[in-house]
Amino acid sequence: MDVMPYVLAGWLFVVGLYGIVTSRNFVHLIMCLGVLQSSTYVLLLEVGYKAGGTAPIFFDAKPGPTAVDPVVQALTLTDVVVGVTVAAMLMALALQTHKRTGSLDPADARIMAG
Amino acid sequence: MIGVLQGVAMLTVGIFGFAVVLNRDPLPQAMVFTFFGGSLVVLFIVLQAPDVSLSAIVVGAMAYPLMTVLTLAKCRGRSR
Amino acid sequence: MKARTRLALFAIPVVGVAALLLWSFAGLPSFGHYRGPYGNEINAQAVPRRHTTNAVAAVNFDYRGFDTIGEEFILFAAVMGVSALLRLQRQEHKEESPLEHARAHASTEMADSVAVVCMGLVTPFVLLGLYIVVHGHLTPGGGFQGGVILASAFLMVYLAGRYITFRQLSPKGLLDAGEGSGAGGFVLVGFVGMLAGAAFLENVLPLGQSGKVFSAGTLPVINLSVGFEVGAGLLLVMWEFLEQALMVRS
Repeated sequence: MDVMPYVLAGWLFVVGLYGIVTSRNFVHLIMCLGVLQSSTYVLLLEVGYKAGGTAPIFFDAKPGPTAVDPVVQALTLTDVVVGVTVAAMLMALALQTHKRTGSLDPADARIMAG
Repeated sequence: MIGVLQGVAMLTVGIFGFAVVLNRDPLPQAMVFTFFGGSLVVLFIVLQAPDVSLSAIVVGAMAYPLMTVLTLAKCRGRSR
Repeated sequence: MKARTRLALFAIPVVGVAALLLWSFAGLPSFGHYRGPYGNEINAQAVPRRHTTNAVAAVNFDYRGFDTIGEEFILFAAVMGVSALLRLQRQEHKEESPLEHARAHASTEMADSVAVVCMGLVTPFVLLGLYIVVHGHLTPGGGFQGGVILASAFLMVYLAGRYITFRQLSPKGLLDAGEGSGAGGFVLVGFVGMLAGAAFLENVLPLGQSGKVFSAGTLPVINLSVGFEVGAGLLLVMWEFLEQALMVRS
């Protein structure tokens, strides 16, 4: 039973991948990519968790080994903000594709035909 | 061992993640994605990560919905 | 290829990926039994040696500051990508007066309560964003989160129905300058460390007393520059999207 939290990360990964592969709309695809990225955030935070631990902020607590791991939190924190900016760039790509081909369907975006 | 709060938070994240993928139409999917972001924030708080949950709140509340809705508004009303 | 073929081609490897994932998860330490030494070491040493009470900020900007420069430049490049992708094409033109166009095509009235609430929220958002940026090394927060809040303060002006005011309040040249100086400021702080005879990005400013705003050396300076960069960058992205949706016609 102690492996169930990690199964959540694997479930989000597989579900996001399924959404990307079977997507009929670029915007839907980008949000499924967001789900895929959040699976890595969940896995990182779960690896660093300590049972009965507290947050690694020592403003009014004594520093010591009861706090959870701050390294994985530092990795995840910048990733969340950078991930949304990359998704914005993908949305701009989808917008330009719609301008040229008239639809947001990945199956219609066959620009490389000659 | 998983506590009850953490178990419920993880289950909610899993269900909402599946719901985001199952919604094929992007505009309703944007609303479900906001709920998914909210459940993710609760999971991050329960896993004792306040910095990360602050990031997820501001990103999920401001940046994602605005750019999704603007893209959909621009790409609407064009003939296929 | 057809959708069913694609789904069949996907189903077989994904079972393999899921099996590999489950096998690897079984090898991890069980949930809640954190094993590694680094987290415990940093938690014990961050306050005495770095005089910062936020261990995550210490890792982000002090112990692993070089990785954060990389992440910041990913953000910078993505904003540049959005600007380049959404530039005005040859066959498009910008609507000269979006106000007339909006009045001609208005289908719903903007509710007064929405406008009042949004305009009332602008100043609290600016204050909250600055607070979170400046206190990033003391309490949860920092440049990344505070920067997004600062950007959303300006977006509140647009949400109140004042798109022209939003364009006047955030001119593109100023946003470009703000983003560039934020990204360059981080690298400049690193070079200050080298000028003082230490390694790149080493914490060479006086460390002060932990718990006060002016503590932890270079951390508040880096937080400020990252906050400006993220705020200006996200505002630039939203600016481009809004211009595309509201003003560009082909």
